Amino acid sequence: MRGSRPASRSSPIEGRRKPLSVANDSSAAIEAFELSRRYGRRWALANVSFRVERGSSVLLAGRNGSGKSTLLRVLSTAIRADRGTARIEGLDLRADRYEVRKKIALLGHHTNTYDALSAWQNLAISASLLGMPASRSAMMPLLEEVGLAERADDAIVGFSAGMRKRISIARVLLQIEAAPESAGASVIFLDEPYNQLDPPGFRFVDQMFKRLKEKGATVVMATHLIEHGAKICDVGMVLEGGRLIWSGPAADLPMRGGIAPALLTEGVA
Amino acid sequence: MQLAATLRKEILLQWRTRSQIAAVFIFGATSLLLFSFSIGPNSEALRLYAPGFLWLGLLLSSTLTLSESFHLEMEERALEGLLLLPASDRSLYYGKAIANAFQLTLLGIALIPVMVVLYDAGTTRIPAMIGVIILGAAGLSAPGTLYTAMTSQLRSQQTLLPLLLFPLVVPVLLAAVKATSLIILGDPMGQARSWIILLIAFDAIYWSLCGLLFGRVVED
Amino acid sequence: MTGISEVSFAAAETEDQPRIRRGPLPYILLAVGTLVILTGAWIGLFVAPAETFQGNTQRIMYIHVPTAWAAMLALMFAFVSSFAYLFNGKWAWDARLEASIEIGTLLALLLCIQGSIWAKPTWGVWWDWDPRLTTSAVMVFAFAGILALRKFVEEPGRRATWSAVATIVAFIDVPVVYFSVNWWNSLHQTQSTVGNIAPAFRVPLYTSAIGFVILLTGLIMLRARTSEIRLSEEIAPPLEPVASVGGIRS
Repeated sequence: MRGSRPASRSSPIEGRRKPLSVANDSSAAIEAFELSRRYGRRWALANVSFRVERGSSVLLAGRNGSGKSTLLRVLSTAIRADRGTARIEGLDLRADRYEVRKKIALLGHHTNTYDALSAWQNLAISASLLGMPASRSAMMPLLEEVGLAERADDAIVGFSAGMRKRISIARVLLQIEAAPESAGASVIFLDEPYNQLDPPGFRFVDQMFKRLKEKGATVVMATHLIEHGAKICDVGMVLEGGRLIWSGPAADLPMRGGIAPALLTEGVA
Repeated sequence: MQLAATLRKEILLQWRTRSQIAAVFIFGATSLLLFSFSIGPNSEALRLYAPGFLWLGLLLSSTLTLSESFHLEMEERALEGLLLLPASDRSLYYGKAIANAFQLTLLGIALIPVMVVLYDAGTTRIPAMIGVIILGAAGLSAPGTLYTAMTSQLRSQQTLLPLLLFPLVVPVLLAAVKATSLIILGDPMGQARSWIILLIAFDAIYWSLCGLLFGRVVED
Repeated sequence: MTGISEVSFAAAETEDQPRIRRGPLPYILLAVGTLVILTGAWIGLFVAPAETFQGNTQRIMYIHVPTAWAAMLALMFAFVSSFAYLFNGKWAWDARLEASIEIGTLLALLLCIQGSIWAKPTWGVWWDWDPRLTTSAVMVFAFAGILALRKFVEEPGRRATWSAVATIVAFIDVPVVYFSVNWWNSLHQTQSTVGNIAPAFRVPLYTSAIGFVILLTGLIMLRARTSEIRLSEEIAPPLEPVASVGGIRS
């Protein structure tokens, strides 16, 4: 990886790092400082710093290309930051990458599935890697929860966009329940979860969002649906050109979020 | 351990895509046929070169099976999803490499009868043959899995994978061909053992090395 | 329950940037190296005696052997650079990696060409399957493949990481290839290219070798500079280290 490194790194080839860092502040779910990432000549993320308390729900807004996906992917350790540092529940993104992954779940633009396999088989693979029971019957409750019980044996390749979203959410739920109290995923990143969904799908995402909040998870949701998001989230952040240009209570975002008024009038429901 | 879980995944995937391996087998068998045309109906020469052609055919087929094995991982970013669970990159690598080695072994064993018929190159030492095929397949699979993981993230995979892999596996080719040749044509001085040891050494080195490096290749 | 507030970390370390280096050292090395090689060549061609069995064709040894040493050194340096890059991620190491692979591949190619030139009058064929020659050929293909890989990967960080990984894998293969070809060859009893080095031959040989190493160092340094210049054009310039752009707003 390029970029700076703390002095006490162990072999990068192995991917294991120094011992767990002590949690700096127990109330922060996410702390980021000057988080930056470049792709070629462009800084997709530039000096983003913020802090999110546990249990908050964050609305991440911004135009296409403003860096929302990049930020979510950096925070979920899917990609590395070139500059800056961040901590998820006290664990350093670089040094404790493997441990951080136990705490996070990412719902991205791709389904992360093997399309040739069936719904329950895909979930079972994740379950077995998490050390959980992975039989078909063990997966059924989860599939029922997301409304895919009748399609449990169908290959993902035939799934609609809405169904794909459901299976992705099933995976997130699996990761949350992965271990006894507080050892499963507790910081959830949702990258445009309402994309390509019909009204029932839409309502389903809302239901799941509510459930995540009820479980006490910290949720960061990137979406273009500002007005809707502002109603269900606590806090808002606006990115523009890779930089964080506004943060504050979500309810304020539509009115005072700087660029947000432009976002609102540009064709969003 | 996660390795068991990844192996289970690989078995599932291989079973679902089993028609692929049949297609690759046909490709391999066709290659063997075409190679025989370069010699002509000279049964002495054919028998002499049979092991070489068998392994060349297997080598060429390997790029097909290898690239297919990662196509499924990259399509919907399944591999990334698993890495974030978290799954250790090492168990993902070994699961995949073992599965690929298994597929190549099956392919090699299936090509033996083709070789026997086309080149009149038979042998009664079947266990030894299978042993060499397993070791050779393992030698192809270890670096092959690493390089396929890399190149399947690029558009030009079809060109780059053979370009990178083939020079690297020269020792496997040499040793496997020699060992096979000695098994088929006779081994009065017991040299096959040395070649098998070479294969084992190559496998040991590359199975450890590539497992360590895999993480850097699939993470961004 | 909610909140976004300022963070107080220690300052984040800055990212690494490729540096444009100047300074005359590589040019000096190139000049000195060339001179020394020419001296060695002159001694080798005009002063040293001809070899008993091969006659004047043996004189190719005075550049052939140093070329081999230089090729190995270059690729060894590439190997070291790979580790260095994977460990500390500095662009300078990627630049050195690119430089040493390119030069090492070129030298290995020269080795094959020289080997052919020697083989034709000696054995009557353009290629003898001597282990050293064959290994050189495999090295040319292996490392040329890595250069091709670099061309196909656009993102600089990925390109650097992947070529470092590929270099490690390829370099470790070199002794394995040599060993297996040697074995394979010994069954056919082919002679190796160069015989013992009698004292009379040592002076031009070592002179030439020293010259090659000096030249090699200069070339790698210069080529690495070019790489760093290219990298600096490919990579986004550093950000101004502004602390907490997204502060509190409540």
